[in-house]
Amino acid sequence: MADKILKELTIRVWRQKDAKSKGKLESYKINNISGGTSFLEMLDILNEELINKGTEPIAFDHDCREGICGMCSLFINGRAHGPDDDITTCQLHMRKFKEGETITIEPWRAGAFPVLKDLIVDRTAFEKVLQSGGYISVNTGGVPDGNAIPISYDDAEEAMDAAACIGCGACVATCKNSSAMLFVSAKVSHLAKLPQGRVEATRRAKNMVAKMDELGFGNCTNTGACEVECPKGISIANIARLNREFLSATIKE
Amino acid sequence: MSSFLSSSIGKKLIMSLSGLFLIVFVLVHLVLNSFLLFDSTGELFNAGAHFMSLPVIRFGLQPVLFGGFIIHIIYAITLTLQNMKARPQKYAVQNLGNSSTWSSRNMFVLGGLVLVFIAMHLMHFFVPIQIQGNVHDDAQLVKALFTDESMGLVYTGLYVLGGILLGLHLAHGFWSAFQSIGFSNKIWRKRLEKVSYFYAFFIAAGFVIIPLYLHFFA
Ligand code: HEM
Ligand code: SF4
Ligand code: FES
Repeated sequence: MADKILKELTIRVWRQKDAKSKGKLESYKINNISGGTSFLEMLDILNEELINKGTEPIAFDHDCREGICGMCSLFINGRAHGPDDDITTCQLHMRKFKEGETITIEPWRAGAFPVLKDLIVDRTAFEKVLQSGGYISVNTGGVPDGNAIPISYDDAEEAMDAAACIGCGACVATCKNSSAMLFVSAKVSHLAKLPQGRVEATRRAKNMVAKMDELGFGNCTNTGACEVECPKGISIANIARLNREFLSATIKE
Repeated sequence: MSSFLSSSIGKKLIMSLSGLFLIVFVLVHLVLNSFLLFDSTGELFNAGAHFMSLPVIRFGLQPVLFGGFIIHIIYAITLTLQNMKARPQKYAVQNLGNSSTWSSRNMFVLGGLVLVFIAMHLMHFFVPIQIQGNVHDDAQLVKALFTDESMGLVYTGLYVLGGILLGLHLAHGFWSAFQSIGFSNKIWRKRLEKVSYFYAFFIAAGFVIIPLYLHFFA
C-alpha cells in the first residue's frame, strides 16, 4: 500500500541561538512528506530546505535513531516524544499526523535541563545524579555462570524492567513539577533488586536523592504522567520503592 | 534527620502523614454529622457535639488537629512553590490530559478552595459553639443555617460544593499518600486507587447529602 502523503504541514519550532539568548517559536511550511517518514527524517528534510535557503538549520539531539540510546528528545504537540505511546521521538512516524496540521515542537523544559540551542537541552544533571550513586563500588568479577548467583525470577524481571531506562528525560519533561523521581527510582531499583547492588542500596538512594534535590528538580506529587510518557514503560512502582529505600536509609542511620 | 526533613521525599512523607491524619479526621467528622440524618430530634447529634466539646478533646485533640492542618498547609505551599520554580520557562503547548488525572494536577488549588470552605465553616459553627459558647442546641443551629429563608439555599450550595472539592482532593490524595510512604507496588497500586475513589466518593456523597437533606426535608 502506498504511504499517505502529507501535502502541507506547518512546523512551529523553538529557535534559540544559544544558552544565553532568548528564544521564540517560529513557523515553517513543509510539503509532500510521506507517512513512512520518521519524525526526525522530517526535520532532516526541513533542515535541508533551510540550508538551501541560507537559514540556520534547526538543532536537535539524536544518535541511534532506533530507540535505544536516549539522545532524542522533543516535546511535540504538548507531549514528550510526541503522540505515540511507549516510543522515543526517533521511532515516531509522520503517519501519526494529519494533513494541514500545525506541529509544535519545543525542547524539554526544566530548570535543571537548560536549553543549549534550539531543541537541544543540557541533560548533564542526569549524569551528575548517576555519579552520586548509580553504580556498584566493588569489582563484581567477570560474567558469572547464569545460575551461580541465585536470583528469583520476579527480582530479575523487575531489575531488568527498571534497567530499561535510557535516561532520555521525558519523565522530567512531562512532569508538571519537573521531578526526576522516575529516572532516579529506575536507577535505584535496577541495582537494589540484585544481590551485587543490594549492599549499597540505602546509601545509593540517599545520595542520589540528595543530588536530585540539589540540582533543582521538583518534588513528585504522584500524578503518574511520567510512566505514561516514558518510552520504556518504567512503572511508578519504582518510585514507591525509592521512597521505601530512602525512608529505611534514614531509619538505619 | 534534618537532611531527611529538608529532602523532597522527607517533605512528601510529612505531607502524606498529615494528609492521612486529616483523612481519619474527615471520616470521624462525617460519622458525627450523619447523626443529623438518623435522628430528627437532634439529640444524637447534640450528644456527639457535646462529647466533642469535652475538655480532653478540646484541649487535647483540637490543638493536634489544628497542628495537622497547619503542617499540611505549610508543606503544601513549600512544595508547590519549589515545583513552580523547577520549570522557569513554561511550555507553549502542554497536553497532560491523557497522562494524568485532573485532580492530581490541581491538588494545590483544590486544597486551597477546601481551606476557604473550612474558614467559612468554622465561622458558622465552631466560633459560636466552641468560642462564644452561647449555643444550647447545636443541631438546631445547623438546621437553622440550611433552612434560613434568604440564605439557606446559598449555604446549602456552598456546603455541597465544599463536599465535592474535598472529594476531588481525596480522589488523588488518598492513594498518593500511600505511594509517598512507599506502601505501593504494581498490585497494590490498583487496589489503592480503587479504595481511593471509593473513599473520596463516600466522603463527598456524605457531606453533600447532609445539607441537601436538611434544606429540603428537615
Ligand atoms: C480536610 C482537609 C484535607 C485533607 C483530608 C487532605 C488530604 C490530603 C492527602 C491525603 C494528600 C496526599 C499526600 C501525599 O500525596 O503524600 C494531600 C496532598 C496535598 N494536599 Fe491536602 N488535604 C486537606 C486539605 C488541604 C489544604 C487546606 C491544602 C492547601 C492549601 C492542601 C494541599 C495539598 C497539596 C498541595 C497536596 C500535595 C499533592 C500531592 O502530593 O499529591 N490540602 N492532601
Ligand atoms: S524513566 Fe523513562 S522517561 Fe525517564 S529517563 Fe528513563 S526512559 Fe526516559
Ligand atoms: S536517537 Fe537514540 S533513542 Fe532516539
